Amino acid sequence: MSHTSRNARQRLLALSSRQHIEARWGALGELLDDFPTHRCVRGPETGMAMLKGRTGGTGNAFHLGEMTLTRASVALDDGTLGHGWVRGRDHRHAELIALADAVAQHAEWQEALETQVLAPLVEELAERQRGDAATAAATRVDFFTLVRGE
Amino acid sequence: MYVAVKGGEQAIANAHRWLADRRRGDRERPELEVAQIGDQLRLAVDRVMSEASLYDPELAALAFKQASGDLTEAVFLLRAYRTTLPRLAVSEPLDTANMRIERRISATYKDIPGGQILGPTYDYTHRLLDFLQLAGAEVPPAETRDDVTDAEACPQILALLNDEGLVEQEVDDGAEPSDITRDPPDYPMDRAARLQMLARGDEGYLLALGYSTQRGYGRNHPFAGEIRLGQVEVEIHVDEWDETICVGEIALSECQMINQFGGSREAAPQFTRGYGLAFGHNERKTMSMALVDRALRAEELGEPIIGPAQQAEFVLAHADSVDAAGFVSHLKLPHYVDFQSELDLLRRLRREHAAQQAELDSARDTASPQPKER
Repeated sequence: MSHTSRNARQRLLALSSRQHIEARWGALGELLDDFPTHRCVRGPETGMAMLKGRTGGTGNAFHLGEMTLTRASVALDDGTLGHGWVRGRDHRHAELIALADAVAQHAEWQEALETQVLAPLVEELAERQRGDAATAAATRVDFFTLVRGE
Repeated sequence: MYVAVKGGEQAIANAHRWLADRRRGDRERPELEVAQIGDQLRLAVDRVMSEASLYDPELAALAFKQASGDLTEAVFLLRAYRTTLPRLAVSEPLDTANMRIERRISATYKDIPGGQILGPTYDYTHRLLDFLQLAGAEVPPAETRDDVTDAEACPQILALLNDEGLVEQEVDDGAEPSDITRDPPDYPMDRAARLQMLARGDEGYLLALGYSTQRGYGRNHPFAGEIRLGQVEVEIHVDEWDETICVGEIALSECQMINQFGGSREAAPQFTRGYGLAFGHNERKTMSMALVDRALRAEELGEPIIGPAQQAEFVLAHADSVDAAGFVSHLKLPHYVDFQSELDLLRRLRREHAAQQAELDSARDTASPQPKER
């Protein structure tokens, strides 16, 4: 099967809820008997990102304001490093993203990661976004022209 | 002048304890949870995030609870917390054209690609108190509609509907924006710095100033070209990655105001624009911001400066509620010595005044010893 790129995986995990990732990660752990242990080598730590907007949406950048941001870096037993970043202050969420980043670098775990964790999360995210779009769509205005006479 | 004052520790401790007791309210009722505030009072939470200039819904809800619902106090709390955090990254400019739309309307074009989407709005409600909410009635879930293709694009209207070049276009010239949290504001201020200050400005203040332009104090003939609300992904640069990475989504409100004409001998007349952008669902704020942004372009567009909303230093220096509330509140601090010196001064002035008066009276007596008879 095709593998999720590193960027796409970081995005997927950052947009997924920590509870969903945790549940999938637990399932993955039960599946693999040689599942690696890890330690945090940086963080998890919370700071901020300064967010930029654009004048008029398309023009020059300006600083809009900041948001909380958490990062973590982990090392597996064999020294493989992984990094994770996520909006907000959830340390465990950042740690799980970093852990997935490290685990994905091992060919023997890649497929299980794809099928047990990433694929279901892709589905969950798509489902949530479909639901949001359908709710917005119900408030879409249908204009109709009033015809005079018959 | 402030003087160190000792004493009152017990009174202060007890006052804060009473405050906490009041905040908790009747113990027979369940305590308000922060998560409930985030869920059910989300417009307050969005306003706190926007004016505190820190996007974190949970902490904004906590600040709102801790402040007993005092928005200005909540903004202060969250702004103060902000100063405890290091800055880890700077984002790419947020791409509002790629917003997952919850609301998107235009008052200038009826038929727009992607359509007019009302979203969760108070518009068209009758502003009648809903006594069912007092009675705790069940609320049905939101309606959905699945026949719409799920990702029908909602392009930025002002960029799209501009074949004739009638609307001023905003183009990125690559300029690095200044950051008022790092470099103290310096006047005259460029538009990027002005937008940063307006984005954290007090909504009520910006609303009043925007309103003043509509009433004639710097009129700029606005139309709401497009208003949108929804979720935008945040992309940041980090050392470990070659490309930018997505770290999550935030809710944003955006207002593109179209205003009456600018032009010159060289450039044909065209609509000009004002811009508003804010965290969360903050429509009134972004509309007000767009009006004031446009008013502050008066000098650039060669308009006479006749209204308060057009005076950048006045508008921007007073927009921040933390600054404003801080300086007003400081009047409550002990000014005993300050005031004592004013009393002394006033007494001296009055003594001098009385002496002068006496001198004048005696001079008058000498000049006209015989008062006129009536």
